[in-house]
Amino acid sequence: MRKYIIKRILVSIGILFFVTLVIYTLVRCLPASYVETMAMQLSTAPGSKPYEEWLAQLNASYGLDQPIPAGYVHWLGDFLRGNFGDSWKFTVPVVEEFKSVIGVSFVMGAISLILELIIAIPLGIIAATKQYSKSDYIISASALVGISLPTFFFATVLKLIFAVKLGWLDTHGFVGRNFAQLDSMGQFLDKCSHLILPIATLTIVSVGSLMRYTRTNMLEVLNADYIRTARAKGVSEKKVIYHHAFRNTLIPLVTIVGGSLPGLFSGALITETLFSIPGIGYVSYQAMVAGDIPFTMFYLTFIAVLTLLGNLISDILYAVVDPRVRIAS
Amino acid sequence: MAKNKSEGYLSAKESRQIAKANRKVINDLEKKRKRKKVPESEYLTTMHDDKNAVEFDNLHTYFFTDAGVVKSVDGVTFEVPVGKTVGVVGESGCGKSVTSLSLMQLLQRPQGQIVEGEIRLNLGDKAYDIAKMPYEKLQDLRGNFVSMIFQEPMTALNPVFRIGAQLEEVLELHNKDMSKDDMKKRTIELLEMVGIANSEGVYKMFPHELSGGMRQRVVIAMALACNPKVIIADEPTTALDVTIQAQVLDLLRGLKSKINSSIMFITHDLGVIAEMADYVVVMYAGRVVEKGTTEEIFENPAHPYTIGLMASKPVVGKQVDELYSIPGKVPNPIDMPNYCYFKDRCNMCVGQCDGAYPGEISLSDTHKVSCYRYSGNEKKGV
Repeated sequence: MRKYIIKRILVSIGILFFVTLVIYTLVRCLPASYVETMAMQLSTAPGSKPYEEWLAQLNASYGLDQPIPAGYVHWLGDFLRGNFGDSWKFTVPVVEEFKSVIGVSFVMGAISLILELIIAIPLGIIAATKQYSKSDYIISASALVGISLPTFFFATVLKLIFAVKLGWLDTHGFVGRNFAQLDSMGQFLDKCSHLILPIATLTIVSVGSLMRYTRTNMLEVLNADYIRTARAKGVSEKKVIYHHAFRNTLIPLVTIVGGSLPGLFSGALITETLFSIPGIGYVSYQAMVAGDIPFTMFYLTFIAVLTLLGNLISDILYAVVDPRVRIAS
Repeated sequence: MAKNKSEGYLSAKESRQIAKANRKVINDLEKKRKRKKVPESEYLTTMHDDKNAVEFDNLHTYFFTDAGVVKSVDGVTFEVPVGKTVGVVGESGCGKSVTSLSLMQLLQRPQGQIVEGEIRLNLGDKAYDIAKMPYEKLQDLRGNFVSMIFQEPMTALNPVFRIGAQLEEVLELHNKDMSKDDMKKRTIELLEMVGIANSEGVYKMFPHELSGGMRQRVVIAMALACNPKVIIADEPTTALDVTIQAQVLDLLRGLKSKINSSIMFITHDLGVIAEMADYVVVMYAGRVVEKGTTEEIFENPAHPYTIGLMASKPVVGKQVDELYSIPGKVPNPIDMPNYCYFKDRCNMCVGQCDGAYPGEISLSDTHKVSCYRYSGNEKKGV
């Protein structure tokens, strides 16, 4: 197993090299250029140098005069030395900006993932065991509604009900108006209350697919011969479902959940933007639009690492739950 | 029920009607089944003959599908005497397996339902009607009193649990006071009994580490763990090669004499039947067309279908270019004719064959056949 993991990590490093090459090329080719915007601004100042001169000077100072391959090698060298550079847009070191926004995104992602699992798996199992019953139809239909609802629409509906009509929560923002006057406990609760709607949105729009996935897999397993064998042994129906069948349903589920781990850190761009939560999704979007190459590169590389890690984790978990893929050590 | 204009095609209206009718029947049956605390008197019954372990009496098992009602088992009556082996033969889809699954109440519910008839199970001091028994009560009998050897060794074992754990589960369920050590000892003993040499090793293995033959043995060991009085062997050798087949059959025969249980042996291999069974039941399209002792069926097959079956098996020492096969195909199970089901394939029809489905005619005390060719010569052969 250790040999396998080491091999996988080495392969992942190779993949990462190509991924960063591709994203560097793409980022350099983006039409949004930080340097052009800045040169435009500087040249409009009275008595300033013309645009072309500013552009050439800025390109040289930001290292954009190099061709893409050379630029990539330069970026890679810095990256490997742990020098991630300063964000152009936020004018602070990339890592600092990243650290200040990742927390809230992670909390939102983690809570909604946990809620998703708690809601989707039991409901999926119920829907599968009572196939074609009323509860199955209700669960499947609401799952479909959840999948079909666009985030922006659902978030707006939630805002309308809970913020505008009922007035329980704020429509947007991470802290309330009187945040500064609250004690530390109050500040914590204030932040929590501002996360309720975003987390609800995230959970409801993504719970449906996991639920349907659980239902489909459970149905498949429940029709398997070994379930009939278990019943023939005299095993009670409850144990058939939650012991014999569920262990087998877990196999595909861990792949999905393992694969969704990077999602915890990638942030939720639309939801964060809609609720004006300064999370990583929102900030990385701003950086990308502004053509902030150091921040975008750092963020995208980080996501690439997490995706590769997520795949590795789900493969390892797969071996844990399915003895058939266990590799002889 | 479904009036199929061309095969397999249903109009939307027809399919709605079918679905509606199905729902009604299924809901009624399910409501009856899901009742809590069914008094024992409701499913307590008496055996017609105390020497029988199981009596199937006019069993009807239907599947309510979207295309119509499939009458998989349509009035099956036969019995399994204590300590004897009854072979059930017939081609694929004739209802052999469904009959045996009915005995265990393992039908795919809610679509599959026993709609009529009795399955009387002799428990020694009393008899239960399985068809009316509540699910929870039956759990104590399954694996303990009645057990089943399944036909697919490759899929019949749960891939994520160790062989030992799967075997011990049966023991644990039905022997509450057995200690862990005793259970392990018994499990190893069972594995040895079915001829697994490396029993200690296999105990710790997962199903995928075993070959098909080994898995089939594990399935057999599982079925025999609690010394059941009735064993249903649903094509236990079909998935195995011939050498293993012989071993498995020897094993079953040895076990039968050791624990004196009755075996209901389902197969479409007539050679295996001849070797194993004391009685033979021939099924066709959900009905029993002929039954009798093994000698009677093999020496003196009466029903044209049985005669066809006998003709279609290879005989050692006889040179044939092509094996005989019965012409035609089984009628559509959704839309059965109201005359003899075999009439369209039969080459020995008589005038009466246009009439209703033939009743059962006794050729001897044990030999019964449902065919008009024998009406009038009832019991002549005695």
